[in-house]
Amino acid sequence: MDRREFLSAIGGIAVVAWMPEIAFAQRVAAGYSNLLILVELKGGNDGLNTVVPYADSEYYNLRPRIAIARDQVLQLDGRSGLHPALQPLMALWRDRELAVVQGVGYPGANLSHFRSIEIWDTASRSSEYLPEGWLTRAFASSPVPKSYAADGIVVGSSEMGPLAGGGTRALALISTEQFLRQAKLANPEGSARNPALKHILKVEQDVAQAASSLNADYAFRAEFPNHQFGNALKTAAQVIASKAGVAVVKVSHNGFDTHSGQQGVHQRLLKELAEGLVSMRAAMHEIGRWDSTLMLTYSEFGRRPKENQSGGTDHGTANAHFVLGGRVKGGIYGMPPPLTRLDGNGNLPFAVDFRDLYATALERWWGINPSVALNGKFTPVDVLKV
Amino acid sequence: MLWLLLAPGAALAAGALGFDDARHLLNRTSFAASVDDINAFATLTREQAADRLLAWTGSRVGTPAPGWVNTFESPRRVRGMSDEERKAFQREQFEKGVELRGWWLTEILTTPSPLTEKMVLFWHNHFTSSLQKVKSPALMYRQNVLLRRHAFGYFGDMLHEVSKDPAMVVYLDNASNRKGQPNENFAREVMELFTLGEGNYGEQDIKEAARAFTGWSIDPDRGEFVFRRQAHDEDVKTVLGRSGNFDGDAVLDILLAQPRTAEFIVSKLWREFVSPNPDPAEVRRIARMFRDNRYNIKVALRALLVSDAFYTPQNRAALIKSPIDLIVGTLRQFRYTTGEVTPFLFVSRQLGQDLFAPPNVKGWPGGEAWINSATLLARKQLLERLFRAQEMPQPAAISMNRDDGERVKGIGTPGANGKQRFMRAMMDVHFDANRWLSQFRSGDPLLARVVLAADPASPQAAGVQGVDMLRQLVLDPVYQLK
Repeated sequence: MDRREFLSAIGGIAVVAWMPEIAFAQRVAAGYSNLLILVELKGGNDGLNTVVPYADSEYYNLRPRIAIARDQVLQLDGRSGLHPALQPLMALWRDRELAVVQGVGYPGANLSHFRSIEIWDTASRSSEYLPEGWLTRAFASSPVPKSYAADGIVVGSSEMGPLAGGGTRALALISTEQFLRQAKLANPEGSARNPALKHILKVEQDVAQAASSLNADYAFRAEFPNHQFGNALKTAAQVIASKAGVAVVKVSHNGFDTHSGQQGVHQRLLKELAEGLVSMRAAMHEIGRWDSTLMLTYSEFGRRPKENQSGGTDHGTANAHFVLGGRVKGGIYGMPPPLTRLDGNGNLPFAVDFRDLYATALERWWGINPSVALNGKFTPVDVLKV
Repeated sequence: MLWLLLAPGAALAAGALGFDDARHLLNRTSFAASVDDINAFATLTREQAADRLLAWTGSRVGTPAPGWVNTFESPRRVRGMSDEERKAFQREQFEKGVELRGWWLTEILTTPSPLTEKMVLFWHNHFTSSLQKVKSPALMYRQNVLLRRHAFGYFGDMLHEVSKDPAMVVYLDNASNRKGQPNENFAREVMELFTLGEGNYGEQDIKEAARAFTGWSIDPDRGEFVFRRQAHDEDVKTVLGRSGNFDGDAVLDILLAQPRTAEFIVSKLWREFVSPNPDPAEVRRIARMFRDNRYNIKVALRALLVSDAFYTPQNRAALIKSPIDLIVGTLRQFRYTTGEVTPFLFVSRQLGQDLFAPPNVKGWPGGEAWINSATLLARKQLLERLFRAQEMPQPAAISMNRDDGERVKGIGTPGANGKQRFMRAMMDVHFDANRWLSQFRSGDPLLARVVLAADPASPQAAGVQGVDMLRQLVLDPVYQLK
């Protein structure tokens, strides 16, 4: 039994201990040896030009300048298809390792970048402010084994997002090399005399512990594309390949706030997204982790169905997201965009609450009770082979 | 030299603060505590010290305001623009935003009354508005001027004026609050965040109060507050048990009449200046004084600054420095000379505090939320580089360190042109370590007591001298505390 299997077994015991009273007890819970990778598409990705409702004439009416032509779309079924820049993802689609979830959103949609991503990160209702991220609450009620390098890692951003708030062992880093260099400044020794100092010392210790168990030198054969998102995934892969694991990795792909001249920018962003995700799959295969990896995309909101005067799109609501992994049940889930039923702002209604996706990760992937982290009952989306 | 007389055991008049109490007071109220100031305050009583700090406060700003602050350019202008015009306009607004932040940070760094800036920052984090939404640097400037006019005045007056402040009217959507189509955003936040605090009102109070604020709007051309009578709801409203044809001012007076409002503000001041955990009995006592004195802010602040709780040993080093505390405190404490302050705006944002752009209407949560692995390492990297070498220009003292291109939010990244400016500005950051250290004898234990709010948490390597010793002290976890 190697270290990882051993940890997995430990995690399994912890889960079994409380399972009898839970309705999903019959499912095999693998605990935190199952890895979750969150991919944030910052700025609000245009879901309608990502997963294109190419059979809906209303789509072409709403977007005379920026619609993806029917003959360009990579068809998934009779009405939905991917943006042509997502061509690399078609291999996953054919292998049934890519699920598309349409109509993801929440009630009382907020159109501010700040506020809406905060709602996603904290899994709050639209009208409430919660101080900590949804994963912070999940890990507080179902702790990640201490032997892990950290509970989670955020790559390429200093905002902790779903890992924000006290209690988690969460790290933010740009690259593993830089982190290991900076971590030398950590001062983990000392005794806490009050809660403020205790908190700082805990963070110092988290940094030191992670630095001692992360390495930056795994030589992947898989190549990562040379752009910011590719580099972030490369860093993530290094962390995952380290001798002590993490339960969750969050990476960001920036620049989706396409208010004007959307076509060229969006084409590039989606190409980078697809290249990156495919590289990640190759890297995870290489270290035998693809079957224990689940990747979810998310974004603060989708964009408005009707294009604006500048060849771009404004802030919207419900959105399409991707779920990828070796144990994903490929296919299309959720609700296709009802383009003739827009709200007063011209935005889409949602069909799948984003917290249903979170519940999928918590309950079906990690085998933990999702209601604590999500402050309520949400229904997992049936996208996993477990 | 005077400071020698004030070493432990030196005789002081009865009731005088002494060295450590003076250092504590100045550090909490002034970002930093110079040896000279500590010595001057050490001979004062608590009351004399608080009075002196409050007497120094004022609303005058020494730093010249940017030239454009009196020119309002409506963000609506973009509607009629071509793509290029719009981009140019947005670029200009972005640069004005950087200039505005630079203006304030310069004032914070150079003011003779740091307590004034601490309080303006406190009110900025209480009556939050953000450039992100207001999108007008000129209006955000005006709001800052308003906050400093009332920072030590009467809370009631400030509440009434802030509620009509154009930036606030935009930020909390009161501009779209009309009779028959109420927008409850301002009514909700004025109760939850500005006066009563959560749990002291009901949803119905919000709905009714929102109707009272209908018609409070801004003139989109001049950027000034206007009351639109035709949009105002003239029917009877019932707020917190009182009924009448209230307008917005009447509702604000109802909120000010609640004892809970004074307690809410005093608790918040307590968390800013005293400790993370307000003592309910003391809060009630000070809140009563506050309300009995027509919400005179100086009365509440003075009561906190002379209280036993402020000086009790358990509350020393009990607060976590904000990014501005850390940056400004370090630059002021060690008398760094700086040129353009732009680099420190970017660092502050990286550490989680982007002036004029708090994350949401609740403001910066502060306290432990300031410190995560990323911000702690970034704080340490800043300190390590500021103390890397002495008397040498330090072109790489702060690296940009972020290639994540987050241009969407806040001050963003400086761009190629900005990077050069940034590097040039960094050349001007300068610390005269020999001069600073010459205030102390070799091995003087007072040095650590000036730099740190409590004993170091980590073991200090022995035999370390000069800048190396300072670097060791500022990298200790206790340096993050005040």
